[in-house]
Amino acid sequence: MNSFIAVFKRELKNYFTTPVAYVFLVIFLFFSGYLTFKQGFYETRQADLSKFFMNLPLLFVFMVPSTAMRLWAEERKVGSIELLLTLPITIRQAVWGKFLAAWVFLTIALALTFPMVITVNILGDPDMGVIVSGYIGSWLMAGAFLAIGSFFSAVSKNQVISFVLSVVACGILVYAGMPTTLNYLASFLPMGLVQAIEGFSLKIHFESMQRGILTFSDFSYFVILIAGWVTACTVVLDERKAN
Amino acid sequence: MIEVKELRRTFGPVTAVDGVTFNVEKGQVLGLLGPNGAGKTTAMRILACFIRPNSGTASVCGHDILKDPVGVRRVIGYLAESAPSYGEMTVASFLDFICDIRRIKGRARKQTLDRIVPQCSIDSVYHQTIETLSKGYKRRVGLAQALLHDPEVLILDEPTDGLDPNQKHEVRNLITRMAKDKCIIISTHILEEVDAVCTRSIIIARGQILADSTPKALKEEYKCSLDEVFRKITTQPVTA
Repeated sequence: MNSFIAVFKRELKNYFTTPVAYVFLVIFLFFSGYLTFKQGFYETRQADLSKFFMNLPLLFVFMVPSTAMRLWAEERKVGSIELLLTLPITIRQAVWGKFLAAWVFLTIALALTFPMVITVNILGDPDMGVIVSGYIGSWLMAGAFLAIGSFFSAVSKNQVISFVLSVVACGILVYAGMPTTLNYLASFLPMGLVQAIEGFSLKIHFESMQRGILTFSDFSYFVILIAGWVTACTVVLDERKAN
Repeated sequence: MIEVKELRRTFGPVTAVDGVTFNVEKGQVLGLLGPNGAGKTTAMRILACFIRPNSGTASVCGHDILKDPVGVRRVIGYLAESAPSYGEMTVASFLDFICDIRRIKGRARKQTLDRIVPQCSIDSVYHQTIETLSKGYKRRVGLAQALLHDPEVLILDEPTDGLDPNQKHEVRNLITRMAKDKCIIISTHILEEVDAVCTRSIIIARGQILADSTPKALKEEYKCSLDEVFRKITTQPVTA
């Protein structure tokens, strides 16, 4: 446990000792605000954050892989993985330590969007339950994308390749659930398969949380997604660490 | 303290380590000698539990490398070939991180750092970022992290590579001073180093052990300098 905490602490601290955290936070906060207001936050005249949450999947598809791409690709490229994995620590502890540190960092980024919450509270009387549920959904979505990103970061030593593969994988997960995609798939696939694809898509689970509905199945979907990709990352890393 | 049995590791068509067997006892400084690509680094990486062998096994202080890799890593100090570290950290924060992982806390941590930092001559760069250090200093920081927990077994892959002659001398003295209480394996292709610090040398080429003796006995057997012994042994064809 101590080793896990040591990796977690080092990783989290590292975000703030390099410009990575600040560049990420500025860009994320700018675009999350810009897209919200551009899509008619005031014009809808509703005291809620639906406009804010609806842009997050698109923003996360690009922003989260940019955080995840360095997790293992950099360690492998500079060789520090040989130091880390010859210290008294298991690969699983190292992978979860780094993953959770990155997730905490993304949590901080999400928490820094608090002025949005203050704004809707000043302008009206929003349903805080829906907002909290939307934040939980966003947080789980960030974790899921991060797990996918950490897997692809372990696959390639090259950060650009890791980034591109993660964006594509996260994009597929989001856009597979879009009505246009599903309508197109329904034109040549059996209905059962189209429904299965919709069920696998992140969009449907995130949208129900965005509407304030927290169900066990949605929660399980994210937990399984995160645990599955992080475990896959552990397996791949164990195989490829010395390549 | 180290028992290696029939270790074998391949990378695709290349056999890096091919049935290597040896034991090392406390008080011995074993020099692994061999040309580039001989399999020295792979053998050390297997002993440090960074990679797994395809067959064979080894144990370090009673911990099997396959069954208890974390136990092995706990008792060894390992300096990898390129002395990897985290460039964006300062030497102080890097050593703190290693102390965290190795569970060296409180007063013990202070005493350890007070001992190791001067021992590895890194006092002057203690608060400097590692990526700004010269190759020699980076290697000494790597050596410091390997020594922090006062390990029973030290595995050092080319510990003096990149050091200036004075630093080389200091590191060799340090290894000699530690030798009686520890079991040390160093890999090198600097043969004067073997003469200076090793009590035993194994010459390895194409993944196989070609000679296992003391440097002195090797010189007497072949009646020439260690340089020539090395050339004679490593250029002869390997018998199956």
